[in-house]
This record gives sequence, C-alpha cells and structure tokens, in this order.
Amino acid sequence: MALYHSVLDLIGDTPLVDVSALSPNPGVRILAKLEGQNPGGSVKDRAAKAMMEEAEKEGRLVPGSVVLESSSGNTGIALAMICRIKGYRLTVVLPENVSTERRQLLEVWGADIVTSPGAEGSNGALRAAQELAAEHPDWLFPYQYGNPANPKAHYEGTGPEIWRDCPEVTHFVAGLGTAGTLMGVGRFLKERNPDVQLWAVEPPAGEMVDGLRNLDDGFVPPVFTDNDGPALLDRKMIVRARESIEWTRRLSDVGVFAGMSSGSAMAAAVKGAEQLDEGVMVVLAADGGWKYLSTGAWTADLDDVVDRATRLIYF
Amino acid sequence: MSVSVRLPTILRPQAGGLSEVSAEGGTVGEVVDDVVRQFPGTASHLKAADGGLHRFVNVYLNDEDVRYLAGLETPVPSGAQLSIVPAVAGGGG
Ligand SMILES: Cc1ncc(COP(=O)(O)O)c(C=O)c1O
Repeated sequence: MALYHSVLDLIGDTPLVDVSALSPNPGVRILAKLEGQNPGGSVKDRAAKAMMEEAEKEGRLVPGSVVLESSSGNTGIALAMICRIKGYRLTVVLPENVSTERRQLLEVWGADIVTSPGAEGSNGALRAAQELAAEHPDWLFPYQYGNPANPKAHYEGTGPEIWRDCPEVTHFVAGLGTAGTLMGVGRFLKERNPDVQLWAVEPPAGEMVDGLRNLDDGFVPPVFTDNDGPALLDRKMIVRARESIEWTRRLSDVGVFAGMSSGSAMAAAVKGAEQLDEGVMVVLAADGGWKYLSTGAWTADLDDVVDRATRLIYF
Repeated sequence: MSVSVRLPTILRPQAGGLSEVSAEGGTVGEVVDDVVRQFPGTASHLKAADGGLHRFVNVYLNDEDVRYLAGLETPVPSGAQLSIVPAVAGGGG
C-alpha cells in the first residue's frame, strides 16, 4: 500500500481474482475483475475520470462549471464523486426504476437529480438529458454513449491491466451498456492477441422497449459504432434476471460480493465454459453488491427478487 | 419448420395485435421473410433497403444475437424461440 494524494488516484488497477471454483469445466479457468474496488464503487469511475480530465484539458471545464449526464446510476455516482472533489456542480438524469442506493449515493455527493420515467429506461434518460443540454449550452454534457474518452479509459487502463495480470486470457466477458468497457478492453486485447474472444452480455430489454414509440427512436451507442463494434464482438447474448441473480448469489459463495450485472456476465461465462474444451475467461464484475442490498438479491425468495429485478435497471 | 417469434410492442399493431406469431423457415432470414409475408406492415420495420436487418432491430435466437452467429443465414433448429427486439440504450452506465 502506498500513500495517495487524492481519491482520484485510487481509480483503476483493480484486482483479478480466480473464481474457477464456480467453473463447470475443469479445463476452463474463470477470473473476475473486481471493479467494485474503485473508490466510487464501480467500473464507471474510469470513464467518468477520463471524460472529466479530457474536458479540463480542452478548457471546457472551469471552476464553477455545471456538468450534466444521463445515467442509470454508476456513471452519475462516479461523476458526482469527481465533481465534488473538483468543485463542479452536477445534474444527473436518472430513470426512476433504479435501486434506492444508486439515488442515495448521488445524494451523498450532492448531485442534482432529474428523474425520467421508468418505462422509458435509459433511452428516456438520455433523451431528457439531450433536451436539457440543448436548453443549457453552457453546461458540460460528457455524453458517455458517444465520448471517445469512455472507451479510451478501458483501452489505456482496464485492458492493459488484464493483459499484465493474465496474458493467457482467451475470453473477455462483460456487460454492454455504453459499450465503453467492451470496445476499449476488446480493442486492446485483440491488438495483443487477435484470437481473444469478446463476449457482450445484455439484460432483457423488457419494459424499456415497450416505451419506444417509434423504431427510429432506436439507439446504438456511437461508442459502439465508432469502434466498429459489430466486427469487434464475437458473441452477444441476453442473460435473464433469474440466471443473473442465481450467479450473483453463486459469486458470493466464493466471497465475491458483486452487483447483478456481474452475475449476468458470470452466467454467460459459465454457459460458454460448458461449450469449450479449455480456456481462461476474464469476467468483468462491474460493481459491488452494496447498491443492491435493498433488492433482497441474496436473501429474499428468488421468485420475488426475479420479479422485482425485471422492473429494475441494474446495468 | 415452424418457430415462434416474439414481437416488440411497437410492431404489434402491424401484426394484428399479436405479441407472438408462428412462422416457417429453416434460417433466421426465411423466418423473418415469412413474418413479413404474413404481416406486410412489418416490412419497413424489419428489413433495410439492402435486404439486411433494419439497423435498429436485433434478432435473438434463444437469447443469442444472430448478428454474431451467421446473421440471416443462421440455421433455426426446431422448437427455437426467435425474438425481435428494437435496439435501445439498454444499460445506462
Ligand atoms: C453495473 C453495470 N454493469 C455494466 C455496465 C456496462 O458498462 P459500459 O457502459 O462500459 O458498456 C454498466 C454501465 O452501463 C453498469 O453500471
């Protein structure tokens, strides 16, 4: 352990831990990268820090600036922590159907919260943020879905850390939101070893898609398109809430207390491990379990938790 | 071979209000074409001008996105479940 000058210096360099005890195949090792160890509690500290530093470098952020972002929680929380440290004001557009703890953490760091309708999901939060950004051209809108600093944080941080700690990696499995993690890590690892397989995991679209009024309101993140996502990814699959929660619980059997999107990624890795002869899979555990305690994910009746999770955004 | 195809809310008005329809075909492309044949109003929502899938439409075969299998050529086993899902900002960071 060293002495750090700022909490911002604690972002990144997260541990990779062997969870192969959960692998269904003795030929396949599974390692989890614990992004919950970041000071703001999730992988999003990396992208948030990179986007803010980029804006500062370009002179678009000055003391007293107002920052605006749409987020299902983690990016907002990361930005809130960073803005508090640096003295910026932050407004976050947050869908109403996220866990209470996500909202509470935004309050810890004094962010202003604008709530968007749950039925519109992250799409609705993004649209509302775009409207607010148009009304306030002087605010800084990092726009994580289209900001190159987001994947770059993973190309320069998460990816090299994985390669340093485990050059034997054959598969990288992670949740897909803005695609920042998958595009950044995927590009880095494939440059080192083109045979590395890149697997994306999504939650079921559920109610969010029901709020869609017009197909032309559909959305593919520019971060995904700009990095040639369709060519970079090798597999993309939906993991249902039940499996996600089951594997979130299984992770706790080996002492890994992680959030539900980590359970989704783990479920996908385990399914893949059954289909392989051998391999070394790195699974991204995007956050810790703390923010999901109120959902009863570990302790309540599984059917009840699954039912609640289908109405919750946990990516 | 008959497979079940789940439709998103936004396509149901073009498919007689149904949320799930049955369609014939040995590949994803054949099944999608059969949905369009039965419900011509879905055509512009499902297919792009070049005959590929609409840019904002994802098709899942048993929860796997077919773009990363063999696209429209992906074989569809009997008893499979196809889901048509609009692309939206899913996880929101
Ligand atoms: C818990 C969790 N898992 C996964 C993701 C997906 O990460 P990314 O936005 O880098 O695709 C996010 C953010 O969207 C998240 O908050």
